[in-house]
Parts: sequence; structure tokens; C-alpha cells
Amino acid sequence: MTAGEKRGLIVTAVIFLVAAMLPLVNQGYWLSIGVSIAMYTVLATSWTLFSGPTNYIALSTAAFFGIGMYLVAAFLDWAPFPVLVLMAVVVGAAFAAVIGLATLRISGVYFVIFTLGLTELVRQVVAWMQHVMGTSSGLYVLISMTDPILYWLLLALSAIVFAIGWWIGRSRLGFALRIIGNDEVVAEHSGINTARAKVYLFVISSAFAALTGALVAPRWSYVEPTIAFSPFLSFQVVIMALLGGVHRLWGPLLGVIPFTLLWELISANFPAQTTLVLGVAFLLIVYFIPHGVVGLFEDLMRNRHGRLDSIKGTLLRWRSGNA
Amino acid sequence: MRRRELLTYTAAAALAGSIGLGAANAQDTVKIGVVGPKTGVLASGAAVTHFPSFKLWAHQVNERGGLKLKGGQRKIELIEYDDRSMPGEAIKAVERLASVDKVDYIMGVYATGFNLATAPIFAKYGYPQVTQAAVTDQMDTLTKRYPTLFFVQGSTTQFATSAIQVLKQLKDAGKIGNKVAAVNVADAFGIELANAGRPLFKQAGFELVYDKSYPLGTQDYGPVIKAAKAANPDAFVAWSYPPDTFGLAEQAKIENLPVKAYYSAVATAFPAFEKKYGKSAENILGAGGIQDSPAIRKFYADHKAVTGVDADYWGSPIYHAMTEILTQTFEAVGSMDRQAIIAHLKSHKFKTLIGEVDIRNQKLDKFWTVGQWQNGFFHAVAGVGFDKYAPIQLKTGW
Amino acid sequence: MDIIIIGLLLGGTYALMAMGLQLQYGVARIMNLANGEILVCGAFGAIWFFTASKLSPIYAVLFVVPLAFAANWAIYQWMMLPLVKRAKNQGQLEVDSILATFGLSFFVIGILLAVFGGEFLTYSYLAQPVRIFGEPYALNRIAAFIGSAVLCAGLYAWLHWTRAGLTMRAVSVNPGAAGLVSINVTRASALAFALGGAVTAAGGVLLSMFLTFDASLGVAFTLKALIIVIMGGVNDVRGAIIASFILGLTETAVATLVDPGLTLAAAYILFIVILLVRPEGLFGRRAS
Repeated sequence: MTAGEKRGLIVTAVIFLVAAMLPLVNQGYWLSIGVSIAMYTVLATSWTLFSGPTNYIALSTAAFFGIGMYLVAAFLDWAPFPVLVLMAVVVGAAFAAVIGLATLRISGVYFVIFTLGLTELVRQVVAWMQHVMGTSSGLYVLISMTDPILYWLLLALSAIVFAIGWWIGRSRLGFALRIIGNDEVVAEHSGINTARAKVYLFVISSAFAALTGALVAPRWSYVEPTIAFSPFLSFQVVIMALLGGVHRLWGPLLGVIPFTLLWELISANFPAQTTLVLGVAFLLIVYFIPHGVVGLFEDLMRNRHGRLDSIKGTLLRWRSGNA
Repeated sequence: MRRRELLTYTAAAALAGSIGLGAANAQDTVKIGVVGPKTGVLASGAAVTHFPSFKLWAHQVNERGGLKLKGGQRKIELIEYDDRSMPGEAIKAVERLASVDKVDYIMGVYATGFNLATAPIFAKYGYPQVTQAAVTDQMDTLTKRYPTLFFVQGSTTQFATSAIQVLKQLKDAGKIGNKVAAVNVADAFGIELANAGRPLFKQAGFELVYDKSYPLGTQDYGPVIKAAKAANPDAFVAWSYPPDTFGLAEQAKIENLPVKAYYSAVATAFPAFEKKYGKSAENILGAGGIQDSPAIRKFYADHKAVTGVDADYWGSPIYHAMTEILTQTFEAVGSMDRQAIIAHLKSHKFKTLIGEVDIRNQKLDKFWTVGQWQNGFFHAVAGVGFDKYAPIQLKTGW
Repeated sequence: MDIIIIGLLLGGTYALMAMGLQLQYGVARIMNLANGEILVCGAFGAIWFFTASKLSPIYAVLFVVPLAFAANWAIYQWMMLPLVKRAKNQGQLEVDSILATFGLSFFVIGILLAVFGGEFLTYSYLAQPVRIFGEPYALNRIAAFIGSAVLCAGLYAWLHWTRAGLTMRAVSVNPGAAGLVSINVTRASALAFALGGAVTAAGGVLLSMFLTFDASLGVAFTLKALIIVIMGGVNDVRGAIIASFILGLTETAVATLVDPGLTLAAAYILFIVILLVRPEGLFGRRAS
């Protein structure tokens, strides 16, 4: 391990420790935001594990999230919660493996919409199954899960995601991924089993989504297909990750935090026009932060003296794009 | 580094500013928190029933000077947030209302699932949670778990039972046969109603000649109606949501579905339904309903005049009755002390638009369950706890 | 027999939703997530027109289409073009256009909410039965089908028999090469984007005759359009049209013969199967 890497690890550990203290300071509004941030960090970072290096945008987060949630809700009367959470990981991983293996030939925008269709299919099947099995669609998950506990669980989960991401980055798998991301054809010709790499990552990424869904089920208490499998969740995760930057492990985190805070800011101050202002904010972000927050950060770090130049540059580029 | 810090400071300042602004107005007004979907899949229903009801209430109370509390009259100030049809957002919004805006009272949120998701927060801060739009079969479990949670709609089973009872009355009077075609939307409420209804149909002596579900978001109800028609039913029951309520009715009209009783669950009680179908809507049954009276007619007129929206015939009157209960409670207690408010709700009966009501054991004792369009008004033909209902009429064509 | 007719009517409905998006993505390479909102705008335009004037809502097409064309042209020039210019490759453009149109969709929803409110808007028009082979069908759906057929045929004819259409097809096959043969790719893309928006809005007008609309409904339409465009293959408008009809027929067949509850599940299964068998869609071209 290089000195730089050691430093990185220590900084990360400190950040997590500090973050873990949130429930000790606030048990209300800010903690609920913390829970939201932790949840999306897990989802966005694990999404990036797959979609970052491969450049395949997967909109299937909600499918696995919903599967995890439904597993808990459906079998709560027969198994204790922790067992169901573990089951969610296993089922999510298995399902992802099947999907991954089956869809290796699909790429680009076809893959994106494929995952969207998959999510909808899962939702339809779950709703139909409930009708056929005669259980009420809205399933009640009435377990006590206080916000601090959920927060710590999600924080721990995000630490695990980061650990796995870091480990992959240093492993042969990570090396293979970087090549795949640059040029898949070259990677294949170099003897890298691109198929296996892609499937591994898809499975890991989806398993985390399922796990998160299972953990969040008690918080929402009432699980219905439209809400659990909401495509909007998938979009939100993708956008936060893209906003942060998908080429660094800590990129999505830098997307999740500002996005969530911005969301809160707008919701709190523009209650009647929340959606409209959000749209405007979005557009501003897309145009003025083209490389994500990571890109912005790195630009500024690199350009300590030329900060104004880089802002000017962005504006000029936008204006010349309009000429 | 500086730019990012600047952004952070701006954000913090803006948030602080909004809190500060909130605090400045604290003295004179009673702050009432409202959370509901203004956008997203549930927004269309909330736009008719949820938000306008509170606007009407605030308007009417403020017109007469405000709530009469100890220490003078205080006007109502509504603080609304959009939960975008997402439970996670509703949770954050309620938290915000409770711990940042520090409102005096928070209205029940919209839809069953969202009330459940936010229940722990209401309980944590000791706010009473009087729901208006929550229908569930788990009322007993939930009211025990959350002693400050109040339900003011019947249970899912009660709605299904009532609908089937109405059909049974027609059957027993020899006006319709015993064949029923039942369909349901494959989502939360639709599935629950269908599952509750199936055994009840059997018990009431009906034969389900067609029993299928259809996905939420179906664009074409042709196959469903044609298949139901082919089974020769005497009555048609749809445990449906707004888009399908409209879609099914249109298709039934095209097919001239020859049933003498037609029921579609949600949104039949919307004035838009009757406006769209006119004569064809005559004698269609649906969830909700209300007993006609001059006071009720005045309510509808006021609602339209103040909010610009036509109130519906299911949720709106109940919402209004709840706001009447709250006004009476706040003024009886004389302050916004939450414990006192909860104690008062649990120990008094109230005179409201829908009659004298009682929510002392966290459940409303009387509510209408089935309504029928008769002459441009959605009359209540069945319910729980009332003693008089409009007569049930047969559907005589489209 | 009625499965076929209902299926065709439904397919026509779907074609109205998808054709516009196919133009926008196939030629202009913009994954327009605000497509559904454009459709809702068209529908609202027709609803407003009908409630205000009591004339046939189909006349609303006369002002909705030019407005939508102009608005989408403007959107392309001012919002999409900067993204196109700064994108180093197709993948980045896709990402940027997804983000930008996502924001745009929120913006449009906000405007619709402010202007029309959040409630359901609907009206009754041509809700009369027409008997074909003894079975009744809704006149308004038949009218929409005719409208859809006219649009499909018109679009196809334009794309294949006019020079401008040829230009568009060239750009959709390979924008780089098209530029080399002195095709103004930017203008062609702008035209495609604007035309796509106009077609979608026209679709909204026709659909408003029998569907109920509210400000937030756009997402559902976008989703459906995306599925259809991808299923048909992004490069050729025939793909979107054929896919629409296959979908309509399949859904109707499943609803009638199997179980209406599996209607949409079957649609998605079909979509997935087609992609598994032919990863570039029905009429798509393999990316070289």
C-alpha cells in the first residue's frame, strides 16, 4: 500500500466515524436526511461498481430494491427479519446472475431500456402473483426500526460497498474492468473474460440494492408494487451517481449529498413549485457541471490559480455551443 | 475549495433563513402542516380532495377572525409540502414540519401507505394523526400500535361488504339475478378489495361468472368488458382506480353492457365522472356517497367558490367533517397543546356536516360506503352507523 | 376476430406515443425523457380547446402541432445543441441528454401543474359505438387509429420519398459520414427533434379523446415509448410502428385468451425476448 493509499484509507475511516455520530447529535429532521443520504449512497455507489467501469447504464436498481422489500414483507410472518435480509441478498444475487448471463449481448441504449423493462416486468409479475395468491397487495411491515439503527445499518453497508469497491479496484477484476471500460473489443482480444467480469459486478451491485430494499421495508411500513418498484428510484440513483462522477469510487457520494440537500432546500422553500424549481436546478447542473462534482473538484484542485479561468471556460464553452 | 465552501454557506444560510422566517411569524398564527402529493401518481386524487379541503377550512376560519383560543383569536396558516407520491419524501416532510417548522398541528397525509410510513414520526413528536384518506383492514393492530392514530374511513372489508350488500338487496328483491362479473385493478386497494370480496360474494349467494384483474395503466378495456359481457352477468363490479373507473365506464357504454347494477370503486364519486358521462352515469354505483341536504349543497357551493375545485362525493365531506372536529377541539381546549387535543378527541363526540360523529376509540363510528349517481348527485345508498339511505335504483341502459 | 381489431386499435395508440421519440432518438440521438410530458401538453391543449370552444378537439391539432414543432425546435437549439457540441462521444451525449431531458420533464410538469392544476382532465367525444363485424368499437379509438395510420404513412412516405427524409435517414445511420457528404447534420437533427415533438403532441391530441390525463401522467407514456422504440430498433421508424402493433396485438391476445392481469407482463416479456434474440431490436442495425 502506498502512502497515498494509506492516507486515503485513514481519511475515509475518519469520515465514516464522524458520520456515525449524527444520531447522537440529532434524532429528528437531520437524521432523516442522513438516512436518505446513507440509503442513496449505498445504492448509487453499488450502482457505480457496475455501471462506472463498463459504461452500461443500468436502470434496474428499483427491480432489486423492490425484490428485497417484498421478500421481507411477504415472509415476515414466517421468518425473523435478519434472516429475511440475508435471503434478500441471496435471491437478489441469484436473480441478477440469471439476468446478467442472459443479457450479455445487449449493449448501449438497448441495455438501458432493457433494464427498465425488466423492472416493470418484475412489478407486474409481483402484483399479479399477489392477486392470484390472495394476499393483500399492500403488505404491512410492522417492525420497529428506529432511525438511528437504520442509519447505522445503512452507514455500515456503505462502508462495505466502499471496501468492496476499493478491493475490486486493486484486484485483477478491477484491472480488467478499466480495460473493458476503455475499449471492450481490445479487452476481449487481450484474453479478458469480459462476460464474467460484467456478470460479477452486476450481481454484486444488484445484491446491494436488494439488501437496501429489505432494510428500508420497516421504515416505509406499507409496501405496494407501484412504490417499491418505482422507476423513479432507478432514475434518481443514476442521476445522483452521474452527477457525482462515476469514474471514482467516492464520486457518487459527492453526487448524493449535494443532490439530497438541494432537494431538501427546494422542497422546503418552494413547496408549491417544488418540481418546477427542481427541473431548473437540474438543467443548471447539467450545463455548468459537465464532468460531475468529481470533475469540478478535480478541475479546481488542478487549477488552483486558474479557478476563475475554469469557470470562464465553462461559460465560454456553453456559449460557443450555442453559436 | 472556496467555491464549494461558498455553495455550502449559501445553502446553510438559505436553510437558516427559512427557519428564521418561520419563527418570525410564530406569534400570531396557528401553523398547520399539510403534506400530500402535488406531483406523481397520486397527485390527481389529492388535487381534488386533500389540498382544497384544507384551503377551504383555513379560509372559512380566517374569515371569521381565526380560531378562538385562550388569549385571543389566531388565524390559521397552512404550511404545505409536496411529497411527490414517495413515502420517503413524506417522512422527511413530516419531520421537517415537526422539528424545523415546529408547526402546531399536522394533518393526516394522503393515502394509506403514507400515513403508515409517517406514523412513527407523528408518534415520536406527540402529534395526533387524524387520517382522512386511509382505508385498511388493519385498523385494530395499527390503533393499538399508535395510540394517537385515528382512522375515519371504514376498513377495506367494510367497503367490499357494503357494495355486495347493496347488490344482495337488489337480488333479494328479485330485481337482479345472481351472476356477477368482478374485475379489479392489480394494485394495492384493488387487490385488497377483490380478495375481501371474493368470499363475501359467495356468502351472499352470488356466482362469480368472471373474476379477473388488469394491470394499473391498461390502455384498453375492450377485452375485459367484452369477456365480462360474454359471461352474461346481472351485475358488474370493478374494484378500480380513477383511470380505470373512467376507462371501464367508457367501454361499458360503447358495449352497452346490459347489467342492471354497475359498480366501480374509486373516483366514481368525482364530479368529473358525472360530467363526462352525463346520462350514462345515471345509477352507477361507487365508493363513497353522501346524504343530500341543504347544508351539504352549501358545502359544495362554498368549496367551489373558495378553491375553484369541485369537491368529490367521498373524501371531501369526510375531510370537511374532520376539519370541523379539529376546529371544535382546538377551541374547546383553548390552545394547541397536543396532549390536551388528543385527550379531547378521545373523550368527545362532535357535530359535523355528516352528522354527529365519534372517534373516541380512534375509529369513526359512521361513514357512507356506497353511493349512486341519481339526478346529478351522488346519493349514499349504504353505509355504517347511519339509519337512512337513498333507495337503490337499477341501471337502465347507457 | 375482435382480438385483431382491438389489437390494431391499441397498436395505433401506441404508435402515436412512440413515433415521435423514435425520430428524436434515431436521428437527433437525444434520449428525450420529457417525451411523455410533450404528449400530455398536446392532450391538455386539446382538452382546453374542446372545453373552451366546443368544437371538435381534432381541430386542436391545428395549433398544437405548430406550437410543439416550434417549442421542440427551440429546445433543441438552446438546450440540446450545447450538449451535442461538447460531447466527446455518443455515450456522453446520451448521459447528458438523459440528465437534461429529465430536468426538462420536471420543469414542464411544474408548468402544467401551475397552469392546469393537478386534477384529472377529461372530456367525452365520439364515445359512440361503431359496429364492425357485429362487435361494437369506440368511434373515438377508431378516429385515433385513423389519425395514427395517417401519421405513420405520412412519416414513412416523407422519410423514404423526399430528399429531406433521405437526409434524416442518412444522419440516423451515421452522423459522422453524413456530415462528410455535406449534410447539415445539425439542421437535420433539429428538424427531426422538432418533428418528433410535433408528432408526439399530435398523438396527445388524439389520445385525449378517450384517455384521462393529469399533469403527472407523462412518465408512464415515456416509459412505454422507450420500450417500443428500443424493441423496434432505434434506427428505423418502421421499427417503432411495427413494434407498436405487435405490442398492441400481443397485449390484446393475452388479455382475452389468457388473463388480463398478465397483459403488461406479457408485453414486457415480449420486449425482453425480442432483445435477447435480437439485441439491436427488430429493425435495428448492429453498432459496428
